[in-house]
Amino acid sequence: MKGARHTFVAIALLAAIAAHAGAALKAGVFEPPRAAPPVVLSGSDGRDFDLARHRGRVVLLSFGFTSCPAVCPTTLATLAQARAALGAAGADVQVVFVTVDPERDTVQRLKAYVASFDNTFLGATGSPAALARVRAGFGASATKVTSGTAYGYDHTSSVFLIDRQGRLVGMMPYDHPARDYVHDLRLLLAAR
Amino acid sequence: MNPPVPASGRGRWLRRLPAVIALLALLALAAAAFVPPAAGGREELFEIPPGTWAQRMAGKNVAILPDTIHLTLGTRDVLLLRNADAVPQTFGPVLIMPGQSFRLPFEKASTYHFACTAHLNGQMTIVVDPPLTPGWRTLEWRWRRLQRLIA
Repeated sequence: MKGARHTFVAIALLAAIAAHAGAALKAGVFEPPRAAPPVVLSGSDGRDFDLARHRGRVVLLSFGFTSCPAVCPTTLATLAQARAALGAAGADVQVVFVTVDPERDTVQRLKAYVASFDNTFLGATGSPAALARVRAGFGASATKVTSGTAYGYDHTSSVFLIDRQGRLVGMMPYDHPARDYVHDLRLLLAAR
Repeated sequence: MNPPVPASGRGRWLRRLPAVIALLALLALAAAAFVPPAAGGREELFEIPPGTWAQRMAGKNVAILPDTIHLTLGTRDVLLLRNADAVPQTFGPVLIMPGQSFRLPFEKASTYHFACTAHLNGQMTIVVDPPLTPGWRTLEWRWRRLQRLIA
């Protein structure tokens, strides 16, 4: 009787694992995933930021600038909402906001900006060349758009998903709701 | 005046042939409009073939992605981009390594714009249509698929 129960539990467990493996992300998925490009910049926490140090956690990485009128605040607010919805599991999620505007986005400014969404979020900046290398590694773009004396950026608005093994597994296009991030984060956090 | 000569069997057939062809065409059109597409892969595949980079380096204009891609919820609602070339390629909104694919599912009917350096206007548009309904929309969908096959 005990043996039959063990067999049943084992079958149920295998079925659960199979169902989980077959579950698809809401984000776009890279098949096969590749190692995330290196990101070594200055962090908004005053330390050097190295993406490799976050291995073991799930990282959501986005590009933007603190003066962005719509896309960046919407994205960061969505990510904050998703992380909060995960509860305790959200502790294993790191959101990283890489600026495309190093001229205005100082470490202090980035720190205040990302903390206004979630105080665990990290901003990252560096020299224009270093930031351009990071963008190239992800296939992201940023184009300066000038209007009189003011300027802004047209930039990649998708969020890159990096799993616990440090692999670039997916890319969530702009405007997905927080529940889609929660769905994908649960799957990525469950994969050890 | 000679009495009319009864048409032979073959003659009768030849006279009716246009009507038969028209009837068959009508039936085919009705089937195309009302028979739902066969269940199968939901993916709309675009592939960078081997040698694309070499051709571009040689000055050839190789266009793989159209400016606008049409997808349909429930039928073809997953965009699949594949790089079969030997070098990394920016394909639509993503950088894809050799041998790698990018699979992007859609769940909402809308028009999506992506920055894309492969397009002259710097933008790729994906139009995701609502699920097919029998009639004109199914016919239009099949016509578009036929056009893509021919292109």
